[in-house]
Amino acid sequence: MSDGLASDLITPDAGASPLLNQNDLSILKASPLTRLSFRARETALNDAGTAFGVPLPVKPLSSETGDKRAALWMGPDEWTLLAPEDELQSVFEQMESGLGAHPHALVDISERSDAIILSGKKAVWLLNTGIFIDFSLEAFPVGTVARTVFHKSPVMVWRVAEETFVVEAWVSFMDYVSGLLVQSAQELEAA
Amino acid sequence: MLLVYCPYCGVSRPETEFSCRGEAHIARPADPSQTSDEDWVNFLYMRSNSKGVYVERWRHIHGCGRFFNAVRNTVSDEFLKFYKTGEPMPDLEELAKEAGK
Repeated sequence: MSDGLASDLITPDAGASPLLNQNDLSILKASPLTRLSFRARETALNDAGTAFGVPLPVKPLSSETGDKRAALWMGPDEWTLLAPEDELQSVFEQMESGLGAHPHALVDISERSDAIILSGKKAVWLLNTGIFIDFSLEAFPVGTVARTVFHKSPVMVWRVAEETFVVEAWVSFMDYVSGLLVQSAQELEAA
Repeated sequence: MLLVYCPYCGVSRPETEFSCRGEAHIARPADPSQTSDEDWVNFLYMRSNSKGVYVERWRHIHGCGRFFNAVRNTVSDEFLKFYKTGEPMPDLEELAKEAGK
């Protein structure tokens, strides 16, 4: 997946075998990332964007990507910031010093969730086995990010390319999410 | 399943992403120590629970996490209006009339 957004950030975990590998569908475990939860008021956004390296998106459900950075809109005052795993310390310190006196909350949530990369022609179909959201390109264009529910687990879905999605779930829920995806995909292949 | 519009995300999402938190626009007594027991009871437990057009607080808990208000017809389950927290309560009679057209 070299063509998608943040392809320098979201990479398949080289050490893990693919969860699913079919002709037009693959599910790969993503390598670990630095994830920061950032909450602040509007007045802090400019400084936060400068300190982080990419501007924080203010349009609902959108994302901004830059050189090894991604900022995802989670709510009107909440963002998830992504960076390479080994840059946690430096990004954190840069943000804290750049924000100065702005009231804000910056929390390291890197270990909270795992990500999988879902790609292929049937990716939308597969997601819709557990999510009631319209994933057509008009309603959910590339770059859109949304938190939602997959069957019974809260997940975050980020469209990084037309046929590629990053799906994040809490670590302890990931077996449930990826297991159900793999099972549904195998049933599709059998059908 | 109900489709609920989140005024913060600007999209309609399935009901499973939301939770309903009861009647909206119930103000907490401004001066609790001066409030009589009866007024506390009214604030804590008494709801209008009316049949027809009803104002509710909803939360987009599996999305942006925000609270917002919605006007719902409790008979037909049809939503008449969604608006952000802090915005004034709309004229319910007028909404009901418009919907009845």
